[in-house]
Amino acid sequence: MSANETEMKSGSNLEKMLKAGHFAFTGELGPPRGTSAQDVREKAAHLKGVIDAVNITDNQTAVVRMSSWAACLICIQEGLEPNFQMVCRDRNRLAMQGDILGAYAHGIRNMLCLSGDHQLFGDHPTAKGVFDIDSMQLIEMVKGMRDEKKFMSGAEIEEPPRIFIGAAANPFAEPYEWRVYRLAKKVKAGADFIQTQCIYNMERFRQWIQQANDMGLTEKTFILAGVTPMKSVGMARYMKAKVPGMDVPDEIIKRLQGAGKGKVADEGIKIACEQIQEFKEMKGVAGVHLMAIEWEHRVPEIAEQAKVLPRPRVD
Amino acid sequence: MIVAKRKPFEEIMSLLRDYKKVLTVGCGTCVSVCLAGGEKEVDVLNAELEMARRIADNPIELGARTVERQCDREYLAELDEEVKDYDALISMACGVGIQFLAERYPDIPVFPAVDTCGLAVNQAVGHYEERCRSCSSCVLGLTGGICPVTMCAKGLYNGPCGGTNKGSCEINTDQPCAWYMIYERLQRQGRLDCILELSHAADWHNQVPRTLIQPGYKKQDEEAEK
Repeated sequence: MSANETEMKSGSNLEKMLKAGHFAFTGELGPPRGTSAQDVREKAAHLKGVIDAVNITDNQTAVVRMSSWAACLICIQEGLEPNFQMVCRDRNRLAMQGDILGAYAHGIRNMLCLSGDHQLFGDHPTAKGVFDIDSMQLIEMVKGMRDEKKFMSGAEIEEPPRIFIGAAANPFAEPYEWRVYRLAKKVKAGADFIQTQCIYNMERFRQWIQQANDMGLTEKTFILAGVTPMKSVGMARYMKAKVPGMDVPDEIIKRLQGAGKGKVADEGIKIACEQIQEFKEMKGVAGVHLMAIEWEHRVPEIAEQAKVLPRPRVD
Repeated sequence: MIVAKRKPFEEIMSLLRDYKKVLTVGCGTCVSVCLAGGEKEVDVLNAELEMARRIADNPIELGARTVERQCDREYLAELDEEVKDYDALISMACGVGIQFLAERYPDIPVFPAVDTCGLAVNQAVGHYEERCRSCSSCVLGLTGGICPVTMCAKGLYNGPCGGTNKGSCEINTDQPCAWYMIYERLQRQGRLDCILELSHAADWHNQVPRTLIQPGYKKQDEEAEK
């Protein structure tokens, strides 16, 4: 282990990129509702070399899919670094810690700690939601496992998992004034990096990041701004009206409407790229997390257009 | 109080299919107040059952009794002689009362006629809202008197989550976000510092059947055991 590596918490590619001061670019991959490893491989192929790490969702929107850790392993086989998403909805502290040990043993180095969408949204609405611990406590638990070398019970871990700990932040949900304090709590709990909710209201995001800068939070954690290109006017309308905690200004919808037939998706990508350009210059923003939902194949052109290629190499 | 709602009639009919002489036992306390299992509801259920069984050409003989509390031995004792005349009992008490009745008469099948729904407040006539999950580790002192375990759909201790929707919960716009309410109340009281600190993982006490002996009675109880 080099001197540099000993300073690393996990040694993941994402951690190295961020600590080297590069503007990070992460993506997302939703596992299939079936057993097709090929499906994961095909999506991964579009992302390899284009992003620094890929978030693998964990039964996203409370719909059963191939487990996150299993799809993470397929990504590792494909040479793509995964960011293992874990929600508090489906497992208790025993299962979570067991999965973290196993995930690390197989080479997983990044985790994103989430509460998870409520089971009422998904395909098993009458399931019992676990929520033994919440996302804040999950962050704390992973940090304890890594830094204190202890399970939540206090028992020692012989070879602890060295995980780069991620958390989510939503700058847009009410009460707005509380959002930065909640971020502060996550940082205090041990979040090494933050990936935000999809950003459309740039003005509100600028205010939030300014608050985070003022409170010194952006010196303690790496904030990756969440970007999701709009594919259609319908998608924008749906996100505005139906997705809780999402803030889609009318100007975005108007701009998509004005793009003309057959050109809406291109306009959505254009908006996303303009955002990425601004994030590159924005103090306190360390990278972008691109959530191109079921649009993995278009990530390379978005990356190209957003001028984040080629990705820097860190060793 | 404990609130309950009557089971679907078809379910009760199905449970009683093989019994000809049944005593319906109401409870005069919580379920009576919440209009689910008191004297009046016992009479209504019996009338419905009587008629339905007659139509089905499978007549049933029904008795009706409502005791003060089914969770108290002293009141159940009133039934000791009477139950001998029946081949099954229906309880319209909460889950606690149903079990205590079944425990007292282990040779007679006891069937529930209500589903117990929780510990709730009375918002209007016939309108009840759950407020407590009896977790045994109350945090209300830090959360402005609003329970995150009960009122937050995810039971978060460090909310609000990203799904807060203009003050509503992500599961339903009619359901207020508990953490939004907690924030507002603490802000109003100038006590936001209560939730600035991390709330650590809960020690769940409600995972095994709990026994409670008040401090003043502990010694007495131990002596009684000796």
